[in-house]
Amino acid sequence: MTESGAEKVHRTIERVARESYGRLVAYLSVHTQDLAGAEDALSEALLKALTVWPRDGVPQNPEAWLLTTARNSVIDFFRHQRVVLDSEPNLMPFIPNSVGDSLETKYPDERLKLLFVCAHPAIDPAMHTPLMLQAVLGLDAVRIAGAFLVSPKTMGQRLVRAKTKIRNGGIRFEVPEQQQLPPRLDAVLEAIYAAFGIGWDDMTGADQRGRGLAEEAIWLARVLLEQMPGEAEIQGLLALMLHCEARRAARRDPDGHYVPLSEQDPKLWSLPLVEEAERYLATAFKSGRLGRFQLEAAIQSVHAERAHGRPVEWKAIVQFYAQLIRLSPTIGRQTGYAAALAETDGTERGLEVLDSMDRDLVAAYQPYWAVRASLLERLGRNAEASEAYERAIGLAEDPAIRKFLLTRRG
Amino acid sequence: MKFAMLIYESPDAFASRKNDGPHDPYTGAWRAYHKALVEAGVFVGGDPLEVPETGTTIRLKDGKRSVQDGPYADTKEQLGGFTILEVPSLDAALEWAARCPAASYGVVEVRPLAPETRRRIVE
Repeated sequence: MTESGAEKVHRTIERVARESYGRLVAYLSVHTQDLAGAEDALSEALLKALTVWPRDGVPQNPEAWLLTTARNSVIDFFRHQRVVLDSEPNLMPFIPNSVGDSLETKYPDERLKLLFVCAHPAIDPAMHTPLMLQAVLGLDAVRIAGAFLVSPKTMGQRLVRAKTKIRNGGIRFEVPEQQQLPPRLDAVLEAIYAAFGIGWDDMTGADQRGRGLAEEAIWLARVLLEQMPGEAEIQGLLALMLHCEARRAARRDPDGHYVPLSEQDPKLWSLPLVEEAERYLATAFKSGRLGRFQLEAAIQSVHAERAHGRPVEWKAIVQFYAQLIRLSPTIGRQTGYAAALAETDGTERGLEVLDSMDRDLVAAYQPYWAVRASLLERLGRNAEASEAYERAIGLAEDPAIRKFLLTRRG
Repeated sequence: MKFAMLIYESPDAFASRKNDGPHDPYTGAWRAYHKALVEAGVFVGGDPLEVPETGTTIRLKDGKRSVQDGPYADTKEQLGGFTILEVPSLDAALEWAARCPAASYGVVEVRPLAPETRRRIVE
């Protein structure tokens, strides 16, 4: 086999792994109730593909080949373990007729169950997103560790611990009952949004390997919506992320400098993404079940009006923030509310809201100091503004934002 | 827990130290970062170091003194300074390290201090 032929096989393996990873892991783990085992079996199958496919050629249905191979290694494992009797029923539908049979060409998509397991209330909420990124998207611990700012070894250990808990803690791979669904779905949405937030933060363009986390998060939300098409909050989350994603090209000028939302050129926004976001939000609103993500998407939707040459309706933004604060008064929401209120009721009113916030909570919250600095500056209180800018600069992680604030402070 | 942030910088970064004043991007960023550490109550101590060429290394080999000009390690990025932080966990230390200006133009290594070893030596 020629060099380029081998490369082609590798690319095929990568593509199949990329597209089918979550579906295969979900299907295997639903049948074994063991996420770690399913992942191990699949990576074994992928390794085998690396040696077999270049030699024998890529099978006609690569996904089915991987499933059969992984399934066989799961069954081998269980036989070795002399599986306890009560696990047998789970394995029964799982015994293959023959290797390479065509039964797997249409196997059910169990990713929804996998998403609910990853965001299960018995698992540390801080691990919901890392688990999803690994189990559903197949990201490795090193990449996840980088995104979450922990050491790869620590992230690896935390993932193993969470998976052990899934296996030993009686966490079922199932879609929750109707009455438990809203809180359980919230946890899934939060975890997806956290992945998006991280992807958004590291949009300095450092990540060249495949898609960014932001795109992965959007993809996860699409998977979720496909399986639960009527859920307004999933539509809200998608609308929120698509609105932000639409502005990607406008967030930096050609020299790589940071451009704040109010100064972005709406012509640089992706109109198809804005329109898609608007469609999701409109459908969500029609359901009459308002929630956190719809409100946040609504705020972005008001900003997006600039794409049609209309001014920003700050009054509406103030309303939406007020509703969000009633749901839960996080410092992010209060800061956003203060900034919007400064536009409708005057800069002093905005500053009053900032003054009323908990000093300890805002001490290391960078956006608070950035908003505070700009409001003080508008009021001509230059010495205080300069101090607030200094604080915002010191807490900034993104070098582009740090540079922007340094210039603003003058 | 106490951690040391070891800050490694390239020759370019060492060179930009000369542009001083609070309006200079290098010095301004470091001033603001230092202030944020102090105001958050996590700063224990630390200092920048002079440029690597000013270093002198010494070792005794078979009783013979050997002295060399320059830094110990022959790497592009050189130790440029250190900061000692007192924070609840490694996670918190890494969060501060990510905000360090050197994280975007150099490398920041976070390492726990060794209080047990210190105790055996000091007490």
